[in-house]
Amino acid sequence: MRITALVIRILRQIVRDKRTMALLILAPILVMSMLHLVFNGDEYTPKVGLVDLSEKIETQLYLENAKLEHYETEKLAKKDLSAKKLDAYLVFDQMPPSVVLEGSDPSVNGAVMRWIQGALKPLQPNGGNQEIKTDYLFGSGDMGQFDYFGPVLLGFFVFFFVFLIAGVSFLRERTTGTLERLLTSPLRKWEIVAGYIMGFGIFTMIQAAIIAWYAIYVLGMLMEGAFGYVLLITLLLSLTALTLGILLSSFANNELQMIQFIPLIVVPQIFFSGLFNLETISEWLSWVGPFTPLYYAAEALRNVMVRGFGWDMIYKDLLMLLAFSLLFMVLNIAALRRYRKI
Amino acid sequence: MNSPIVSIQHVSKNYGKQQVLKDISLEIYEGEIFGLLGPSGAGKTTLVKQLAGLEEPAQGENYIFSEKMPRLDLIKRIGYMAQSDALYTDLTAKENLEFFAALYGLSGKEKRQRMIEVMELVSLTDHMHKMVSDYSGGMKRRLSLAISLLHNPGLLILDEPTVGIDPVLRKSIWESFKSLKENGTTILVTTHVMDEAGKCDRLGMIRDGQLIAAGTPEELMKQTGAANIEDAFLAYGGA
Ligand SMILES: Nc1ncnc2c1ncn2[C@@H]1O[C@H](COP(=O)(O)OP(=O)(O)OP(=O)(O)O)[C@@H](O)[C@H]1O
Ligand SMILES: [Mg+2]
Repeated sequence: MRITALVIRILRQIVRDKRTMALLILAPILVMSMLHLVFNGDEYTPKVGLVDLSEKIETQLYLENAKLEHYETEKLAKKDLSAKKLDAYLVFDQMPPSVVLEGSDPSVNGAVMRWIQGALKPLQPNGGNQEIKTDYLFGSGDMGQFDYFGPVLLGFFVFFFVFLIAGVSFLRERTTGTLERLLTSPLRKWEIVAGYIMGFGIFTMIQAAIIAWYAIYVLGMLMEGAFGYVLLITLLLSLTALTLGILLSSFANNELQMIQFIPLIVVPQIFFSGLFNLETISEWLSWVGPFTPLYYAAEALRNVMVRGFGWDMIYKDLLMLLAFSLLFMVLNIAALRRYRKI
Repeated sequence: MNSPIVSIQHVSKNYGKQQVLKDISLEIYEGEIFGLLGPSGAGKTTLVKQLAGLEEPAQGENYIFSEKMPRLDLIKRIGYMAQSDALYTDLTAKENLEFFAALYGLSGKEKRQRMIEVMELVSLTDHMHKMVSDYSGGMKRRLSLAISLLHNPGLLILDEPTVGIDPVLRKSIWESFKSLKENGTTILVTTHVMDEAGKCDRLGMIRDGQLIAAGTPEELMKQTGAANIEDAFLAYGGA
């Protein structure tokens, strides 16, 4: 069949271009690993205040790897915490002691909590199951920053690379004259678009699965929901990236012009996808979010990965992604009319 | 005479303000090799693309096999070779052939057989498994020709098929045109090369988008009293 021929050809070309294939899979893994190290790294030495700590207990604690400060009263400790001289303080008026965190930086919170758990271990002989009372001076939350924006990054990488690779290969098809050659064959216009979607769709499935697997099982990104949903969301997102990439490639005359779309079309989407707090974005800009595919994908991914939700909570986002793809597909077929009317 | 395979009727085309084709009318009959001769920028490619279904005339109509172009079922019966090679250079010749063969609905034994036949015709059988990026310019040209022949089209439209091909091979390619013609294939070629023009059954001379003369090479030479095609062409152009 004609579409099958197109799919086989596209897959052959991708597989042959080893370097691009490696880039598609290794680059996201590399960047995610680096971000994982930066945000979940153990290098940070927390500054911890110890309030009302008796000498008897102090000898039992494991107090390495932190800058410590002793306080007579909680009031003094709180003052230093507000002034950011401390990341957290422990109050030893009861057992186990309670914790108060400064709380504005999740990566610091994580480091502090990990340190406290280690420090207090000797006091909890039966495995440390006792809940430590934790308060936050600012903000709250008990997850790492990486867990929070990881899903957005996952979506972003899939979008970014599929957009670029599909756009460039369609551009090449146009500039080398093979598109025109295809249009002098009995191939229909929608078959060209469908062939591209299936060829790249198969490849992106594999790419997304590997990246998501790596982020979740190797880097330990928070994963409350089902892996299948993550794949479904990334597949639909890559569909929009693919159709948008192909569409925009008809407005580019060479590879460099294709790359120029990245800062214009791809990167701005991050700002509206919740990587940064949406409430901090000015009113007059925040309406842009709902017009970007990544907005819906990020929301759906976060619902699955962070909040552990299922189909009920993501189907609307998925429908939006599908709607974007359909719109771009129709525009693609219309754009091909430039070359052949039928 | 039998009905024409190609019938161009009062075709005009303009790109913006530039008039590229001006009221061209022309008929090509079954089993002939028709040469479209003209200087660079005359509008040969523009005309030939319309016949291949890529573009449409601003005025006038093109009929192929007595049906108005563009039509998908007509496209199947045309073999088109573009002026610039449209090949996937990151694939082997065989993979390119396989791809295009499948687009024209060939499969199985028939596909394999046709692939070998067309590659023999252009003397590339030994380079079947080579990457197209490693092909020379002339080899790419021949591979493009082979691809346009894959599905045994009734009408072959070849835009400067022999550019970059050495005289020996060019001769053998023209011989294969002759044998295709004997099997009933109608061939339309564009060319700059005058000695090739002499090998065509009939010629159309085109200049600045206008068809300035059409007829057999002998007729054209006789009418102008010229000794060769080149002089005949100059005579028409200068007149
Ligand atoms: N897409 C286009 N947009 C604008 N002008 C065009 C376009 N295609 C062709 N032209 C113009 O039409 C004229 C005829 O071009 P065409 O390619 O048909 O010439 P040609 O006879 O094939 O020349 P050559 O022998 O060099 O291939 C040229 O002046 C060219 O600049
Ligand atoms: Mg030309």
